[in-house]
Amino acid sequence: MTDKATDFAIEGHGDISVGVSGAGASGDGSASATRITPGNALRPEDIALEIRRGQVKPSDDVAEFALRIGDDALILAQRLGHWISRAPELEEDVALGNIALDQLGHARSFLTYAGAAWGKSEDDLAYFRSEPEFRSAHLVEQPNGDFAVTIARQFVVSYYQYELYRRLTESTDATLAAISAKAVKEVDYHRDHSAQWVLRLAGGTEESRARMIQGFQLIWPYVDELFEDDELTTRLAESGAAVEPSSLRGDFDRLTGEVLAEAGLDIPKVPQALGGGRRGKHSEFLGYVLAEMQVLAREHPGASW
Amino acid sequence: MIPNDSPTSQARPGTPVVVAPTPEETPWSLWEVFVRSSRGLSHVHAGSLHAPDAAMALRNARDLYTRRNEGVSIWVVPAEAISSSDPDSKGSFFESPQGKDYRHATYYTKSEGVKHL
Repeated sequence: MTDKATDFAIEGHGDISVGVSGAGASGDGSASATRITPGNALRPEDIALEIRRGQVKPSDDVAEFALRIGDDALILAQRLGHWISRAPELEEDVALGNIALDQLGHARSFLTYAGAAWGKSEDDLAYFRSEPEFRSAHLVEQPNGDFAVTIARQFVVSYYQYELYRRLTESTDATLAAISAKAVKEVDYHRDHSAQWVLRLAGGTEESRARMIQGFQLIWPYVDELFEDDELTTRLAESGAAVEPSSLRGDFDRLTGEVLAEAGLDIPKVPQALGGGRRGKHSEFLGYVLAEMQVLAREHPGASW
Repeated sequence: MIPNDSPTSQARPGTPVVVAPTPEETPWSLWEVFVRSSRGLSHVHAGSLHAPDAAMALRNARDLYTRRNEGVSIWVVPAEAISSSDPDSKGSFFESPQGKDYRHATYYTKSEGVKHL
């Protein structure tokens, strides 16, 4: 792709920050009555182009933060992708696949941007880091379990991500804000998807309710880690580039609480896991996820299809 | 996808048409999906899907039929709520108007002195 071909999409931050409106020339949907256009939302390729042109570069702190949330999305996408061809119904298969692809898109954007601080591409970061270099939370590496466990994990992660991205749209870092502005709309749908299923599984049969309760029992120990502050998030919150994770907890508790109350479920009273994902300390599960995700790229470096 | 003229006549290809559901395994019911693309076109039948209820049918339709920016509005209708004409009686139902060109405006010649017809 030449620079000329993509010039219309990027003219500094003004255009990429606007998401769906603005850029114009391609994909505004008004060209033809029948033509379906992909639209013109921010793509990872647009961010990579800005990086190559030297128009954007994250600070080390912002890059480290983008790595955390990018890794969350990447590992979750890998987990969810495992459902493809295995979901209980074809329609749900597609729904989980869509959500996985949304998450993969967010991961690509965040990792592309993070990599700019260290001269690395999204693929360098995804495929050629070892387990202790990943910064994802323990929640996203938890096994899929049965459908209810996956829904419990989706419920927690999507309500967390929604609150995070919603605030990051006001980040002083324009690229972080732009990626989040696109992601928050998609995660909003992920919230709805998981909440609908929590209500149905909890209100369905005895079996589905028991499984939903068991799912939350298994997933809830990994909630606290999402809301832990550390020196990085404190510095970023002071600069306005991000927010303290602890500041999201109130809204998370309130909104998840409303759904759980409607479903007639109690918030599980389970001890919290130690966490440590943000420092590269992971549970035994991540290694297997990475092995499957990275094997092809490492076996055939630079391969494409 | 199933033909337009008989929404309830068959299930999705590959699934047995006759299923005897056990009480524990009630199959999801069939829904017909209508999608409206942008700029004022009417809703058009896009296909069908299975869902446990209307709310989930809408969401499944969003995931299945608007993945590529196809629509701005979705209707879902229980397939069993659609009454359709019998595809085997096309002759008596639809062939009668053939040859009756006097039902078309072009059949008639304009009378003298009539303007703007």
